[in-house]
Amino acid sequence: MTYIMQILPALLSGLKLTLGLFALTLVGALPLGMVLAVGLVPHVKSIIGRIINWVLTAYVWLFRGTPLLLQLIFVFYGLPLVGIVFDRFNAAAFAFILNYAAYFAEIFRGGFGAIEQGQFEAATVLNLTRWQTLRYVVIPQVLKIVLPSIGNEVINLVKDSSLVYVIGLGDLLRAGNVATSRDVTLVPLVLVGIIYLLLTAIFTFLQRRVEKAFAYYR
Amino acid sequence: MLELKNITKAFNGTPVLTGVSLTIADSKTLAVVGPSGAGKTTLLRIISGLDTADSGEFIYNGATTTPAQLRKDGVIGVVFQGFELFPNLSVLENITLAPKLQGTSPQDAKQQAMTLLTQLDLPDQANSYPYALSGGQKQRVAIARALALNPEILLYDEPTSALDPNLRDSVASLIDSVKQQGMTQVVVTHDMAFAEAVADTTYQVQKAGEAQ
Repeated sequence: MTYIMQILPALLSGLKLTLGLFALTLVGALPLGMVLAVGLVPHVKSIIGRIINWVLTAYVWLFRGTPLLLQLIFVFYGLPLVGIVFDRFNAAAFAFILNYAAYFAEIFRGGFGAIEQGQFEAATVLNLTRWQTLRYVVIPQVLKIVLPSIGNEVINLVKDSSLVYVIGLGDLLRAGNVATSRDVTLVPLVLVGIIYLLLTAIFTFLQRRVEKAFAYYR
Repeated sequence: MLELKNITKAFNGTPVLTGVSLTIADSKTLAVVGPSGAGKTTLLRIISGLDTADSGEFIYNGATTTPAQLRKDGVIGVVFQGFELFPNLSVLENITLAPKLQGTSPQDAKQQAMTLLTQLDLPDQANSYPYALSGGQKQRVAIARALALNPEILLYDEPTSALDPNLRDSVASLIDSVKQQGMTQVVVTHDMAFAEAVADTTYQVQKAGEAQ
């Protein structure tokens, strides 16, 4: 117990970074993913719409088609070669937001695709603008549809945050690793595992609450 | 009065409507009938501005116009075959959403919605969500939603087909009660008997696209 109390401050400091990155990624990637999804829905017939669609499809392919670890390395070590320099945390946040926005965009695209054409037509004959249709009719329905998938990604994000060790950031897992190497015991990693499980339990609970909040209609 | 002259429409080179000309007279109910695939729904979608005609003319109260303009001016209301209520909104919100977004005060929109719901015998369902309603109730909410924007012409796409056959008479009396309020109505249906029950005049669209 004494040992646990000794290493706990270091683990909590790592946890703070993990949660900071987690929160920043969600705040950045969720709205970005939703906006990108609108451009990914293949209903825009204008040339500009098609170009946007093509660019976004390529972006999603790039970020879903390569490992997040590689993207982290590229952002932190590669981008400075073209004059774009981030500190470690911002590099991690940048890579995570771009990566997760790609996944969220695909999830939202599926959600938008699940809305029946009749809903758009009903909004049209009621003279709702495109934005009003999205705001009051489509997005509330899409959110309900995508919640389970978003929940999965949120839990993945908690665990993916451990990849930041590759650019030298001291997250929760790295704090545990350091203590394990130094003290030659697995106790720190067991604690790390328990903390991850607790985080996952909390986010699963929150996801259920949000799903329940959307259960007022079918 | 809305006049359609020589409306044509083809999909991928296949003619669906070839020279449809008809008059929708004020405060009357016009039934557009014909077999499945004849283009009745296409015609309704063109009048409501959801599809565009390849050629033809629209004249509203003596002036040339377009369905898109009519929709923008709030002339046209539509009751869809599948009703297309917004599932995330309550009955009251379904009815008040568009009026509120178009500038009606929330109090006035609510009052008008409650009046419509009372007329349509649904005052107790104001806070229900569409999933909890029967087909007939959904249809009445869809009618209330369309009427809330005070259209001049109300279009119905196959109003009986998504409902239990024994509700046909109640739909007919519902359309008749809306007509009594002076509403001009167009009812697209494949059901000739129903058309005869509700319509002042009937327009037949034939499958080859030739209209009578």
